[in-house]
This record gives sequence, structure tokens and C-alpha cells, in this order.
Amino acid sequence: MISIRNLSKNYEEVQALKNISLEVKPKEIFGLIGPDGAGKTTLMRILTSLLLFDEGEVQVMGKSPISDYQFIRNHIGYMPGKFSLYEDLTVEENLSFFANIFGTTIEKSYDLIKDIYQQIEPFKKRKAGALSGGMKQKLALCAALIHYPKILFLDEPTTGVDPVSRKEFWHIIQQLHHHDITIFVSTPYMDEANLCDRIALIDKGEILNVDLPENISKAFDKTLYAIQCHEGNYQLIKKLREYTHFDSVFPFGEEVHYTDARATDIESDIKLYLEESGLTSIQIRKTASTIEDVFISLMNKN
Amino acid sequence: MKRFKFILQKEFKQIFRDKGMLPIIFLMPIMQLMVLSFAATFDVHNINMEIIDKDQSSLSQQLISKYASSSYFNILQNTPYDADNGESLQTGEAVIILEIPQDFEKNIIHHQPTQLSAKVDAIDGMSAGVSVNYAQSIIRDFQDNYLQEKGLLLKNGLKINISNLNWYNNSLNYKFYMVPGLLVLLVSMIGIFLTSMNIVKEKEIGTIEQLNVTPITKAEFIIGKLFPFWCIGMFVLSLGLSIAKLVFDIPIQGPLSIVFAFAMIYLLVVLGLGLIISTLSDTQQQSMFIAWFFMIVFVLLSGLFTPIENMPGWAQDLTLLNPVRYFIEIMRNVLLKGASWADVKMNFFIIGIYGIIINALAVLLYRKTN
Repeated sequence: MISIRNLSKNYEEVQALKNISLEVKPKEIFGLIGPDGAGKTTLMRILTSLLLFDEGEVQVMGKSPISDYQFIRNHIGYMPGKFSLYEDLTVEENLSFFANIFGTTIEKSYDLIKDIYQQIEPFKKRKAGALSGGMKQKLALCAALIHYPKILFLDEPTTGVDPVSRKEFWHIIQQLHHHDITIFVSTPYMDEANLCDRIALIDKGEILNVDLPENISKAFDKTLYAIQCHEGNYQLIKKLREYTHFDSVFPFGEEVHYTDARATDIESDIKLYLEESGLTSIQIRKTASTIEDVFISLMNKN
Repeated sequence: MKRFKFILQKEFKQIFRDKGMLPIIFLMPIMQLMVLSFAATFDVHNINMEIIDKDQSSLSQQLISKYASSSYFNILQNTPYDADNGESLQTGEAVIILEIPQDFEKNIIHHQPTQLSAKVDAIDGMSAGVSVNYAQSIIRDFQDNYLQEKGLLLKNGLKINISNLNWYNNSLNYKFYMVPGLLVLLVSMIGIFLTSMNIVKEKEIGTIEQLNVTPITKAEFIIGKLFPFWCIGMFVLSLGLSIAKLVFDIPIQGPLSIVFAFAMIYLLVVLGLGLIISTLSDTQQQSMFIAWFFMIVFVLLSGLFTPIENMPGWAQDLTLLNPVRYFIEIMRNVLLKGASWADVKMNFFIIGIYGIIINALAVLLYRKTN
């Protein structure tokens, strides 16, 4: 559905995308996961024909976003990270406008947007600017879907949204699957990676890994320890960094995740070292790696 | 074409929904035309005058009574001595101090030359000049009367009398001169400011991002943005001309069709400028400042307040680049002078070329994709 080969994009001094290659298969939910400034929006804007690139080859539905942008714009839906509908038009006016521009009507597309639109329909006479954040987001999604796009691009749809709405939103995205829509979504939240069919990890303009979410979390090649102590994570991380066999450590919720340079089972060694360093009530256990662990270890290597 | 209809529909909806915009479009032109036409006057009335009459003769009294009876002058005080030494000019009480010398009457009776002195507050050069002119014309009148009374006019035999006839504006009514020009400014302002701000607004708020992933073409977007303001510009012109006729009784000597035909092309130039400004700026604030810059230059070089003929050569050449100048010329020539199509064909030609250049440039500068 989307194929990217050796794509590079520079903004004057900054290299935003470095030699990126990706394939997105039809009808999958493809997640682009990475921190702020990784190049997610740049990639998204290139794919949606909003931005020109310097090198490489990009095809969306077999067409080039540069020469065939009209075709692409007719067949994709794009929801920018920032709310980009008209705040001075009502919900209904916004939707009809975008429907009309694509030569369709709300009624014709009702089947596709029904589940989402029903939630904002009570407010259809209200100006878009007066909607709450979650409602705005649903309206923007409706507008992006109004013309039955083949591919839906969502740029950080859940950034700045409360946890309940986030869950709801992902539910909606997964429902869209039944309508044969390929979804290309970017997010800075690692926990959303598991909700995608496949994911790509991106950092500093480079793709670190592309795979199924479960494969990526398994790709961690070291034993991972989850450690807790009474003195708190700050002291704990400081002491662990001073440890002779230290490999990596970073905070993970209430615990810290730690890897050791040695391959053998050394749980008791670590505990002993920490107790000697003056920390108390130390709990240490082996834990399964998550995508976040993989991401951070890949980032460090990078 | 159908898509274009929807774009226009949306634009008009947004313009008429904007609570800040409506008064700008409809009330501002009316207000400005009504208020500015009275304010932007070169007539000087009620000039505060102080008279120092050192002569205290019957002749000097006659002269003073001439000033007193004129509507242009308002005599503050009339003293025999130069008591405050020009203090009233300093405080701004008086604008002009007229001093009548001691031997005024004596000199005149003995046919000796005599001199009056007038000190004028020239902070405002224009009104100072006018005041002095009025003051002199009263003295001239006084002199003629005196000579006539004494039969000296006949005796001397020769006297050249120049009388003026002000063609195209008989009563030298400054409003006839200002109102058509002000109207041009209003139409230009609406064109430049509103269009540039309207397009930049889409950029600033980010809605252009969503619009850019739709099949809307560049041409549809631009024309969709410009057309509503073209209509509003024509509307304001018609409204302004009606006010000019009904309120100020401006004569309309020539065919109005010339004015409207010219406005149609002229608005394309102005809107094109607005479009260029919008492509150069990222925020409405920036576009405002750039538009202001252009507007000030246009106004000062338009011949509205200061005659182009009075400008130095290089400035006169610069006015040739000013579209506002051509429209003001058309307005004055058609309304006051009754110019015909043949008289103004050069203006049409120039503005046509201007329109093509500006709009070609605007379209080149405007980029939908980066």
C-alpha cells in the first residue's frame, strides 16, 4: 500500500529523515512509534503529498506523491496532529464542506462514520471551536473519513487526550479495520504499540526496527531486572550506574529496569552490592521486556 | 465548478459570521467617508487674530472692521500697543498678529507707501499659507475700495483686474475633490487588508493543512479567497458613491460605467497585492504590517492630499507605479470633469498591464506544496 525506499529529507541544517525504507501492507494498522522530534510528522507529510523530499523513492497506492498528488489526495484521509478544521463553522458545516469538496455528502458516507458521528451528532449545530478536545478529535476523524479513503493517516491522534478517550479512540481505529481501510498512525506512546498490527520504531530520523509488536518486545537480548528500593529511584539509579558490571538502567514506572554486563544469573550479587551501598528493602526480580525496553536499548545503541 | 461553489459558500459564510469583520466591511466605509470628508479639509475658518493698531485712526478702524466682518477671522483683541510681544502666538491663542503702524493713515493720505506686518504661527504650514492669503486679500480689497472712493483709480487710469473662474469645481468645494479620492482609498484598503489577512488566517490557524490534502486546486483556492472580496469591494464602491451623491451632492458628470469598469480591473490589482502579502507572511500580524507599509506609500503618492504636480521629479515618477493614483484620477476626471472613455483609455491600459503583472507574480509566489 505504501512503499518507501531510501528516503531522505533535510531542513536546511537538520537531517529530518535519514535513508528510510518501509513497506506498509494493505488493510493493516501500521504504527510509527518514536519520541517528539523523531521525524514522524515529516514522514507523514511526505506521504500525504504535503512536503517534497530530497532523495529516495516513495509510492502510495502505487503512485508518487509528487507527480500524482491529485490521485493521492482523492484517496487518502489525513488527520493532522493539530486540530485543523474551521472553528467558526459548526460541526455539521465542517463535515458537509469537506464532504462536498470530495464530491460526496454526509449521508453517502454515513455508514463509515456512523459510530463516531453519533457521538458528536447532538452537537452538530455547535461551532467546532466550542467543542471539547475529545469531541474535536472525533470531528476531525469524521472529516478525514468522509470520502471513504483507502488509507487513513493519523498524526499523533492521542497526544494530549485523556486516558479514557485514548482507549475509546483506539477502539474506533480498530473498528475501521472492517471497512478495508489501511491505517498509518504515529504516536509517542509505547503502550499503544501493542494495538497496532505492525510497528516501526523511529528515532532521530532513522528507523530502528520494523516488526510485529510482540516480536519487537521479544527482541530484547539480555536478562532484564526490575528493581525497587526504599530510598527511591533516584538513589537507586545513581548506585547502579556506579556498579562495575553496569550495562543500562532507566526508570520504568515505580521500578527501574536494569541490565547487567554479565550473562549469568546474578540477582543475589546485585542485591548484595546495593545493600552494601546503603539502600534498604530492596526487591529484585527478572521481568519480561516490553517495547519500551527495546526502544531505549536501540536508542542508546543509536 | 461544483466544488468551487462550495468553496465560495464556505468563504461567504465565514466572512459574514465574523463579528469583527462585518463592521469593518459595512460600517467603516460609511463612517470614514462621513467623518473624514469633513475632517480632511483645506478650508480655513475662524482664524484667531490679534490686531495691534498703533495708528488708532479712522482708516485703521475701517480696515479692522473689514476683518471683523469677514467669516474667516475672529478678532481676539485689538490693542494700541504691542503689549505682550507676540505672547498670544506662543500660547497658541492667536494664529496671526496684524500690526498697523503709527503713520498708516497719514502715509496713505499723502500717497506714501505704508507697510503692515503680519506674524503667523506657521507650525501648520498649509493653514498658515491660507491665513496669510486671506489676510492679504482683505487688504487688497480695502485698498481697491479706498482708491475707488477717492477716484484715484480713474486718475491713474490703468488697473489690471484678474478674476478667476474655477472650472469643474465652481465653488472650490473641497469635498468634491476629497470624497472621490477617499472612496478609492477605502476600496483599496478593504482589498489589501482583508484579502491578505483572510488567506494568512488559514495558515496561522493551520486549516490550510487539512485543505491541502483535499483535491482543491491552487486556482480554486485562490479564486475562492479573492472573489468574495472582489464583490465586497464593488459593493463598498457603490455604497460610497451613493453616499457621495446623497450626502455630499457630488456632481456626477461622466458615465459611472467608466468608474465601475475601472474598479473591476483595479480590484484585481489590489487583491493580487493582498495575495502577494499573504504569501510573504505567516501570521495575520505580519500581513497587517506589510499591508500598512504599502498603504501609506500608496496614500502619500496618490495625489489625494498633495497634488502630484507639486512633488519633486523622482516622486512624480514613483507615483506612476501607484495603482491608487490612476483610480483617483479616473474618479475625479469622470465625476467632476465628465471625462469620456477616450480620455481615460491610458489609465485602463496601465491598470490592465499592472493587473497582469501583479497576479502573475502572486500566482508564482503562492505555493501550495513546500
